[in-house]
Amino acid sequence: MVDLSGVLEQLKSRFGERSWDYSEFHQNQRLVVAAELCFSVLEFLKKTCGFDMLIDVTCVDYLHYRGAKDRFGLVYIVLNTVTGQRLIVRAFLNEPDLKIPSVVPLWEGANWLEREVFDMYGIEFTGHPDLRRILLPDEFVGFPLRKDYPLRGRGERHNFERITRGEG
Amino acid sequence: MEIEVPDNVALTSLDYLASWCRKNSLWPMPFATACCGIELMATGASRHDVARFGAEVFRFSPRQCDLMIVAGRVVMKMLPVLQRIWLQMPEPKWCISMGACASTGGIFDTYSVVQGIDRFIPVDMYVPGCPPRPEQLIQAIIDLQDKIQREGSFLGNEFITDARQQPKRALQELELGQVPRSLPIIGGKA
Repeated sequence: MVDLSGVLEQLKSRFGERSWDYSEFHQNQRLVVAAELCFSVLEFLKKTCGFDMLIDVTCVDYLHYRGAKDRFGLVYIVLNTVTGQRLIVRAFLNEPDLKIPSVVPLWEGANWLEREVFDMYGIEFTGHPDLRRILLPDEFVGFPLRKDYPLRGRGERHNFERITRGEG
Repeated sequence: MEIEVPDNVALTSLDYLASWCRKNSLWPMPFATACCGIELMATGASRHDVARFGAEVFRFSPRQCDLMIVAGRVVMKMLPVLQRIWLQMPEPKWCISMGACASTGGIFDTYSVVQGIDRFIPVDMYVPGCPPRPEQLIQAIIDLQDKIQREGSFLGNEFITDARQQPKRALQELELGQVPRSLPIIGGKA
């Protein structure tokens, strides 16, 4: 675990102390920020603190989760390839306002990662250059990794025509 | 009346001969999507050597195949591709559903995985196992060869569902004391 105190000092001087919350758990260094601040914090981390690599963008649905206050938790994992500092930035979103600025202007690699989150959870990344489904078929309706989506689907897996011996 | 036949001439029916040729030159289309595909490769490789049964020519173009081996799970995005490849294969053609996933969906009882390909394309042989050993797949090919020899006909009438029902229907009509309206057009074993 690489020391992050310098980064936290910089964050404090730029954003104040109230707007973010830092914690450590099992050697994970985590930063929780408000959704409105998410983009500017990530921009600051990249341009000032040297977090030049985006490892992953993903999402957690906290529906029915013990003690959870918010519905969706967006997770950004960033890495400073010079110092080896690693930081998990999280922002919470609630329905009906599932919008967050896209980080594609900061890291090009976020393009497909954000498309996957959109595909599975329906989070809308504003400013994304090409926001459409990436894994599921284009005509798919719904967001299957949400906890309120039935595990066995809504019949889409059997919505095909049947080919018999006679044809073909 | 007895006909003199020289020693180097054998008599058989055309249906038998056609089926005999077809069953010993099955060219598989490997539709391998998961770990069953690894066992499928092992079946083709030297240790198990499916060439002993005339089925070693794996073709990656459906137009050159007559046996589709679906090895692995099929998701709803893949199914139209599977159907298209099946339709592109020339007749006569057969299908082996290899492994639990292809046959029933297996452990993947989720929104995206098709629960058995036999819901959407015709299947001749089901191979159980997760994944099945090569011996099991070879057994399925042997059983399929038996089936082709038993049911096959020169014109491929066994594939026409209506025609398949005709012998049964004729038997029922005979039992009822009626004259069969249509004689069966398949059959013709040697």
